[in-house]
Amino acid sequence: MLSLLIFIPLIGALAVLLVSRASSRWVALLTSALALAVSLVLLLRFDPAAGSYQFVESLSWIPQFGIAYKVGVDGISVWLVLLTTLIFLLVIWASADAIHERQKEYYMLMLLMETATLGVFLALDMFLFYVFWEFALVPMYFIIGVWGGPRRVYAAVKFFIYTMAASVLMLIAIVVLGVNAGSFDLEIVRQQGSAFAGSVLLFLAFAIAFAVKVPIFPFHTWLPDAHVEAPTPGSVVLAAVLLKMGSYGLIRYNLQLFPQLSQAFAPLMIALAIVGILYGAAVAFAQSDAKKLIAYSSVSHMGYIVLGIFALNALGVQGALLQMVNHGLSTGGLFLIIGFLYERRHTRDMGKFGGLWVRMPLYSTLALMLVLASMGLPALNGFVGEFVILQGAFQSNPWAAGFAAVGMVLSAVYLLTFFQKTFLGESRDPANDALSDLRWQEVLSVAPLIVLCFMIGLQAAPFFGLMEQSVAALLSGGGLALR
Amino acid sequence: MELFVASPILFPLLGILLNVLIGKKLGERGVGWLASTVVVASFAVSLALFAQVAGDSEHAAVHVKVLPWISAGPLQVSWGLLVDPLSSVMMLIVTGIGALIHIYSIGYMHGDPHFQRFFVYLNLFIASMLTLVMADNFLVLFVGWELVGLCSYLLIGFWFTELKNAAAGRKAFVVNRIGDVGFVLGILAIFVTFGSLDFAEVFKAVKAQGGALAAAAGVITLLLFIGATGKSAQIPLFVWLPDAMAGPTPVSALIHAATMVTAGIYMMTRAHALFELAPFTQQIVALVGALTALVAGTSALRQLDIKRVLAYSTVSQLGFMVAAAGLGAYVASMFHLLTHAFFKALLFLAAGSVIHGMGHDRHTDPQDMRNMGGLARRMPVTFAAFVIGGLALAGVPPLSGFFSKDEILLAAFTHQPLTFLLLGATAIVTALYVGRQLILVFLGEPRTASAAHAHESPAVMTAPLIALAVGAVLGGALNLPGGGWLHHWLEPLIAEQAKPLNLPLAAFFTALSVLALAVAGWMYRRPERAAREVARGVGLFLARAWRIDDAYAQVVVKPFYFISTVCAQVVDVGLVDGAVNGVGDVFRRLAQLVRGLQTGLVRNYGLVMLLGAVLVTAYFVVVR
Repeated sequence: MLSLLIFIPLIGALAVLLVSRASSRWVALLTSALALAVSLVLLLRFDPAAGSYQFVESLSWIPQFGIAYKVGVDGISVWLVLLTTLIFLLVIWASADAIHERQKEYYMLMLLMETATLGVFLALDMFLFYVFWEFALVPMYFIIGVWGGPRRVYAAVKFFIYTMAASVLMLIAIVVLGVNAGSFDLEIVRQQGSAFAGSVLLFLAFAIAFAVKVPIFPFHTWLPDAHVEAPTPGSVVLAAVLLKMGSYGLIRYNLQLFPQLSQAFAPLMIALAIVGILYGAAVAFAQSDAKKLIAYSSVSHMGYIVLGIFALNALGVQGALLQMVNHGLSTGGLFLIIGFLYERRHTRDMGKFGGLWVRMPLYSTLALMLVLASMGLPALNGFVGEFVILQGAFQSNPWAAGFAAVGMVLSAVYLLTFFQKTFLGESRDPANDALSDLRWQEVLSVAPLIVLCFMIGLQAAPFFGLMEQSVAALLSGGGLALR
Repeated sequence: MELFVASPILFPLLGILLNVLIGKKLGERGVGWLASTVVVASFAVSLALFAQVAGDSEHAAVHVKVLPWISAGPLQVSWGLLVDPLSSVMMLIVTGIGALIHIYSIGYMHGDPHFQRFFVYLNLFIASMLTLVMADNFLVLFVGWELVGLCSYLLIGFWFTELKNAAAGRKAFVVNRIGDVGFVLGILAIFVTFGSLDFAEVFKAVKAQGGALAAAAGVITLLLFIGATGKSAQIPLFVWLPDAMAGPTPVSALIHAATMVTAGIYMMTRAHALFELAPFTQQIVALVGALTALVAGTSALRQLDIKRVLAYSTVSQLGFMVAAAGLGAYVASMFHLLTHAFFKALLFLAAGSVIHGMGHDRHTDPQDMRNMGGLARRMPVTFAAFVIGGLALAGVPPLSGFFSKDEILLAAFTHQPLTFLLLGATAIVTALYVGRQLILVFLGEPRTASAAHAHESPAVMTAPLIALAVGAVLGGALNLPGGGWLHHWLEPLIAEQAKPLNLPLAAFFTALSVLALAVAGWMYRRPERAAREVARGVGLFLARAWRIDDAYAQVVVKPFYFISTVCAQVVDVGLVDGAVNGVGDVFRRLAQLVRGLQTGLVRNYGLVMLLGAVLVTAYFVVVR
């Protein structure tokens, strides 16, 4: 079933090439809807009590090196798979307004990227993981570089080289680990342990590769450029799915393969996470471009996720996993929201808006809900994630939780300022007078995200329930505290 | 049963749903009455639950777990509701006064283009506040706690096209969030200490372990108190409340006087078992409360806006309640919360009636007391209401404020001389600003055309005034000295020694209050004085509330703008990204040297990558 899931979008991508330009969007929609349906079946048949990999499929690939095509899902990846299939469907739905040329190539690349990201979350062989990882890079490079804004080439090249350079480190680490263990199978490598000379270098290689992707301060500067230049659907995928590859990698590779080293480096990672939370928020506040503001807010939010991961306890990791989904929903939603406005006004300068609530009450209400979700208002999803992360962090280091909690104030400051500049007060540009409220097609692309924000915020137990056993297995397997 | 207990929260939510969906069809009156009806329904259920608790011989609490919420390893939190003597009183205050204010708003907001949105927010506020007081654990309490902050944000900035209002809303939310960080950290510490967030579990452990928890309790209560200084507008976080007057007046009455701001008092009373283990925190609580009372009370003396006088007065009275909590006089604190809810809601609604009546000329600020005068004859019901509310606030017997304030002063008198001194001085200041306001607004001759043409408000507005006035007069009977009803009612939760009336003390402060009222009357017989005295010196200092806001602007806000700008424009672009691009440049230069290797053929690159991988692999095979 997992292979089916991974390769449905690939088949769809080929199909897109064969049909006419006009019908390419519908083929892409159908494909991504099918992928979502399959992932929902996966969710229904997922056994939360197992704690181990499920639906494992394994095929020999390069037996000389112990490389196999092996995929499987557990409680750590299951929600990320769902997030991925949902986001791709919504994004392809929303692309009609954002993409006006070369639709066929665009939808093909989107579907290729879906295959690649699903592969990253499902691969249980390190080499396969690497292949999908690199494979995910290329479509995004083109989506920014071809369909992006005025500085798209600079942003695309920077994005590509930065993450490529980082993943070369990861390739080396993977090769060394695989050769060392005689197999690239993640389980075998994990059982071998990491108590050998030079494992510090491998840990760091992984950490840097993932830190660039997350991004963790100070490796974040590719992100604002990429976000600002990417077309709206690209930004949504980037924030909601691609960044999660980094934080997922931190859990799956750094934490699972190097538990002792994770413990040793936890203070450093936590410090960087806190700097990211506060620094990202401070920089976000100073932005006048709405998209850049949300991009920097990602740096701040992803800091919480890193904090949770390196709290190295069950609450921290579970909170981080939930927050990955939460960030995908609320930040993905905010990028869509900004996109709606960009399509109408062709600017994102908050100085040119103001008072939009008068003209676009529905749009403003939806935007406010996402702002509140992102801000971590209770009864919405972000609060549950942040609180559980902070509880985990508090257990391992109360001071870390204390500093990180300051981010709660700062997120209110920059997000409410964003809301105020854009939606409240009086209009600062006559061009706003012609603005029309959202069409139903647009509402349909954000509404599912908002509904999910409320669902998680009000009923988080089922979401934690699916990940609980896997997180416990991961931590106890590494001899880490469960608490 | 679960549904019935949850229904006070669900009714307003239903009201929101209906008003959002079919509000346009219902029209203005329909929207208003629908929103009011659901709150009345909440009040009715609250009354029934109150009766159920009262009917039980031991006042046993009604406790239900409605739904699970968070279940992550050891952290188990559900949407649990608790109706016990403490929360049932709060529920009655919230829904009772809330219902009156809903009805009043039908008249006050008449003709506003965003009538529907206003009532949606008001209903959301009632649901949030009930979540706060009905929660059976700290985290659900915090949900209500932050949601009332959201409602406050939305309602202060209700007329958002004026940027000033929107900014005031944002200020309120952010300042509250600062307090909330303390609250959240307190909750984290509670969970680490007790392994649970449920009130029942936590307080059971407190009872069992007692003094062994002193250190943890000290930290936890300090953090919780930071939360209370935000929501209940105490030093250092009170600065948001006076600005909150940008909202429509019924909001000021409901949220910023009678209900939301009492959340901190309620929370400390709820967690009193923890506070009692932390004498150091209690000292701080008492002093902060008393200091806030005086600072805000003196600031009220020099305000010119009718609502800002009442706003600072609210901060000051909250100071009384906080100080009482710090003194361990939780019943007195709750008692004052209750009477204050009546007389301050009354005063705000009366002020709203004045503003409504002054709306004759749009070039005259209808809230500036310099523009008023002589309204007593033109608005007799409003005047009577204001007088009753004012005298209750000033602590004139036998009105409700006298009894509750006296209990707090007595507690301070017997416990802490410094607190007593601060609160005693504030009591006199209170009578002074009440007298000043009464005379500036209602007596003398009208000073503008607006005042001269003022008219009494419609019955839908004056009826709630009358109802609240009755409460403000008779509220004292709820807890007469020497162990009144409230004392016995809260006894299962708060075991306190009831104190009899201290006649000399009560007589002393009554005499001083009446004297202060008279002095104010004499001082402002020429109303021009009010404008003159705020022009400079001490008057200006007090009018600007001891310049605390100005200090924050210099010490917090400006530096944050500076740091933010430096981070964004210098550090991020220059240093961090500069380093990245620098590395990039180095590679570009190197690349110039080896340009011949760049063939542009993907196949070649692939070969090189493969070769590299093989080499690395070979190296490790050989070394191993």
